[in-house]
Amino acid sequence: MGVLFFAAAITSLVVSAAILYSLFSNGLEFFTDVNWGHVFGTDTWSPRFDEFSIATIFMGSLIVTGIAMIVATPLGLGAAIYLSEYARPRIRTVLKPILEVLAGIPSVVLGVFALIWIAPEVVGRVFGEENGRGGTMMAAGIGVGILTIPLIASVSEDAMRAVPQSLRQASAGLGARRMTTTLRVVLPAAISGIVAAFILATSRALGETMVVFIAGGAADQAQYTHNPLDGGLTMTAAMASLAVGTEQVRGAGLAVPSLYFVGIVLFAFTFGLNLIADRFVKRVRQIY
Amino acid sequence: MFSTIGSSGEAAIQGSVAQSLQGKRRSDSRGWAFEIALLVSLLVCLLILGALILSVLTDGTPVYTDRGWEFLDSGLSSIADRAGISQGIVGSFWIAVSVVVLAVPIGIGAAIYLEEYAPRNKLTSFIELNIRNLAGVPSVVYGLLGLAIFVETFHGFTGADGVDRRTLAAAGVTLAVLVLPIVIITTAEAIRAVPQALREGAYGVGATRWEVIRSQVMPYAAPGIFTGALLSIARAVGEAAPLIVIGAVTGFFSTGEGLNAQNVTDPSHLGERFVALPSIVTTFAKLPEDEFKVSNAAATIIAMLVFVLLINSIAIVLRNRYEKKRSG
Repeated sequence: MGVLFFAAAITSLVVSAAILYSLFSNGLEFFTDVNWGHVFGTDTWSPRFDEFSIATIFMGSLIVTGIAMIVATPLGLGAAIYLSEYARPRIRTVLKPILEVLAGIPSVVLGVFALIWIAPEVVGRVFGEENGRGGTMMAAGIGVGILTIPLIASVSEDAMRAVPQSLRQASAGLGARRMTTTLRVVLPAAISGIVAAFILATSRALGETMVVFIAGGAADQAQYTHNPLDGGLTMTAAMASLAVGTEQVRGAGLAVPSLYFVGIVLFAFTFGLNLIADRFVKRVRQIY
Repeated sequence: MFSTIGSSGEAAIQGSVAQSLQGKRRSDSRGWAFEIALLVSLLVCLLILGALILSVLTDGTPVYTDRGWEFLDSGLSSIADRAGISQGIVGSFWIAVSVVVLAVPIGIGAAIYLEEYAPRNKLTSFIELNIRNLAGVPSVVYGLLGLAIFVETFHGFTGADGVDRRTLAAAGVTLAVLVLPIVIITTAEAIRAVPQALREGAYGVGATRWEVIRSQVMPYAAPGIFTGALLSIARAVGEAAPLIVIGAVTGFFSTGEGLNAQNVTDPSHLGERFVALPSIVTTFAKLPEDEFKVSNAAATIIAMLVFVLLINSIAIVLRNRYEKKRSG
């Protein structure tokens, strides 16, 4: 039996190797054949017309991820602090499932919600009606933010619950109020886990595809912009829209290899972020 | 803790510590405002969830009240009030089956190896690190894996050509691979929670390693493993990005067969082009007409959410029940 189980464990290594192989074997053509002037010398992402401005979709990813983190960090962290430090056990069992249900909502659902509700009701009301008529990077960013709230909340709650009770007692014994204990003792002690939560959420937001594809307000091409109220493509949404069209563009230049090229860039970023987060999580475990 | 202080002093300090931990010390308006702010952040999450479910229900229910079962039973169509999601139900069914058949057994096997057999060496910690990283790879990248490897692999079996190579089988295997790390991580956690005394007792009466795993570890860890399996099915059924990259049909199908148990479970679907519920949601949401973008998309979401949330809540309830039983 042991051999069978070992084979199952090795499968995960095979999967990683297969991911790297498929990315690089197909993306290599892009690196060798592309006219780099069409990558860095243009502000348009439009692979079917040989325009590969990586800066455009990178900026899109930056904007959407940024908005997502602005939405998700205070809400997720606030919820985590409440559940870990304030909620009585009974209230906790009532409120915690909210986050668990939210975590189970598929991303396409949030994409549609961002398009038909967040855009008119939130973006339209706050930034003017003309910005709420359709998808924007703002609406998509808020949607992605909602998706990452449960991740931030659960990882940072775990970190705070791992802080030994004796630290809280010592702080209270010195006369600190609960808020002071939370902000000056528990949060600093749990900071590694909270940073890890933030990094993991950033990585998740960067890799989120469907919300931006549905609610980002761009079809298959985008111009460089840093206005979040414009429509735009992120790296992931650019991949999805390329894939939708691959039947028509099969053999048309570098459109298909560029799909894998964006995949390589995305993989590199998320891989780096996940490794850093892993370090921070380990640090929490080592101290306590 | 307070052994150097006299007993009355000790009681006083403990009382004040308890009071302060409960926040009852003295009027503390800043502390109160802080607590309210924290509670509000949770309530905002509840509000978002409420708005989401309400908006989906208001937009989607009319489709069911007007057309009822017919919406689930019809195929895709370019005419909004004839379009239905039967092919999506077939696709999502087979994706769930692939997860159960491939990801669950392989994932459980890998977790048993890592927790019960693996020596503490570099290879083991590398495999563990690798699994954590796989869990963080964006789903759209798994789509590229599916397109580059599984589409081509199954092409060898079916011999179909062109876009017909993008089959349901390739999609199912890709999503099974995508949830594999989740199955491994949740199973490993469940196995780790098995008390060491159970294993030692069984070894003590002469059981072999495999007997210990089969008769002691697995029964104890079963609820946790089952929860992980359920969550991974829900995750796979909700994923759209890899399907789109592999080549789910994003236009309209013409094979409009009706929906019945025999038809859904017919394995020949695995060799055909496919859609699944989340990819249909995407197709509808990208169309300009409100009948598709709003009504039909929301109605499809209702069908998908009923399934996904049902599985998720079974998993949550199951886990809470066993946590309570064992800690109490």
